[in-house]
Amino acid sequence: MINFQPLILSFELALITTAILFLITVPLAYWLSRNELKIKPFISAIVSMPLVLPPTVLGFYLLIAFSPAHFFGSFIEKLFNLRLVFSFEGLVLASMIYSLPFMVNPIQSGFESLPASLEEASYTLGKSKFKTLIKILLPNIKPSLITGLVLSFAHTIGEFGVVLMIGGNIPGKTRVASLAIYDEVESLNYHAANVYALILFAITFIILLTVYIYNGKYLKAGRL
Amino acid sequence: MINLELYKILKTSEGDLPLDINLQIEDGDFITIEGPSGAGKTTILRMIAGLLKPEKGIIKVSEKVWYDVSSNTFLPPQKRNVGFVFQDYSLFPNMTILQNLEFAINHKKDNAFIEEIIEITELKELKDRYPSTLSGGQRQRAALARAIIRKPDILLLDEPLSALDTEMRLKLQDYILTVHKKFNLTTILLSHDISEIFKMSDRVVRLNKGKIISEGKASSVFNKNYISGKFKFTGDVLSIEKDEVVFIVNVLVGNNIIKVIATEAEMKNLSPGDKVMIVSKAFNPLIIKIDS
Repeated sequence: MINFQPLILSFELALITTAILFLITVPLAYWLSRNELKIKPFISAIVSMPLVLPPTVLGFYLLIAFSPAHFFGSFIEKLFNLRLVFSFEGLVLASMIYSLPFMVNPIQSGFESLPASLEEASYTLGKSKFKTLIKILLPNIKPSLITGLVLSFAHTIGEFGVVLMIGGNIPGKTRVASLAIYDEVESLNYHAANVYALILFAITFIILLTVYIYNGKYLKAGRL
Repeated sequence: MINLELYKILKTSEGDLPLDINLQIEDGDFITIEGPSGAGKTTILRMIAGLLKPEKGIIKVSEKVWYDVSSNTFLPPQKRNVGFVFQDYSLFPNMTILQNLEFAINHKKDNAFIEEIIEITELKELKDRYPSTLSGGQRQRAALARAIIRKPDILLLDEPLSALDTEMRLKLQDYILTVHKKFNLTTILLSHDISEIFKMSDRVVRLNKGKIISEGKASSVFNKNYISGKFKFTGDVLSIEKDEVVFIVNVLVGNNIIKVIATEAEMKNLSPGDKVMIVSKAFNPLIIKIDS
């Protein structure tokens, strides 16, 4: 009997991570696209670090930082009564950091591709910055938003090193599908590993295929 | 009455250029600002709209202060009632023409006014289309409609016609004049085109390197150096043919190829590719209307 818990956990993690990350990223990406401050390269570098760092490096430092023995971990624990190591909440936070560039980069370049006059036109029509963002800017970078959302989702599903370091592979709590596959292979249970792997394979392929078809149509329609 | 005193250092490729202008505009006037690229025309419009902050000066529109450096007043664009037609149209691609207009108004109740504007700018057939499916002239008309739908205190037109062909241009000039008069707008137009300036403006302001060099009625501003009894065209020499004792030079002026007769002496320094000037003094030109 196959235990579907790791798969459900994976999708739960990916969904929550992507949703929270999206809300944080839109203002951040907008700020980065409209800013020429000296501090900008530093922030861009930090945002992009997870692209190049081995996940274990990131996982290791996050483990240290989240640990109740250190400042950040004990601070969070005291404030929210929340332990970030070996917990689902910790996984969400770590996944958000790990997937940050996959969300920020497409959305930022989406904002950068819009002519400044679009937003200025909205201002001269008396519309606030917030309304302009919601009604004008975001609808006109739909392909970038979808790319960001899907890449973050798929990337979170596929992460291994970070979840292993932070989550500790606790069944039902932090054992996501990618870890479960590794476990099953280790215990020579190839059938279960294959089922997990095949489901992940099929679902991610379908998601990505849908996005490319949609974005292709959107661009062909010439709305931008 | 609009009172403008604007000062700002502009960063240009040739170094810092101080923009320093002082201009009064009567309500209901149609003003054209003319001048070479980089003279600061667009900068002035952007300052009036609040998209750019001057370093010093005052912007006062019918006794309301939009900007005053001495009292540290700077109204954001949202608080200034301007209509701005951008050079690149800037219609919102995610909305139909009608949705673009509806987005611009503050109260949904103004439907009758939207209808009226659509009628005047002849957008009825196009109102449910998206901007990307329209031609340049149609987009410009839609951009004009969107700019005037808020009944702005000032209508600012940033070279709105420069990308259009002549026929479209003439038509759009009429639309602009119609709405300017009908809604009693105060309008500032940026333009290079002298015939356009003559046709449209009550007053023209000539700008060069950030300063106003002359202003007044179009006929008086341009008469001094533009209008004379002789023709003067510049063009490129395409080819030179020898015909008996004279030479025939084909010169490209604009889109027309002109044949000019030249003597051997005149031919000495001339070869295809040269830039030349064709001047004619001693005859009276004929004027023939072109049917469009």
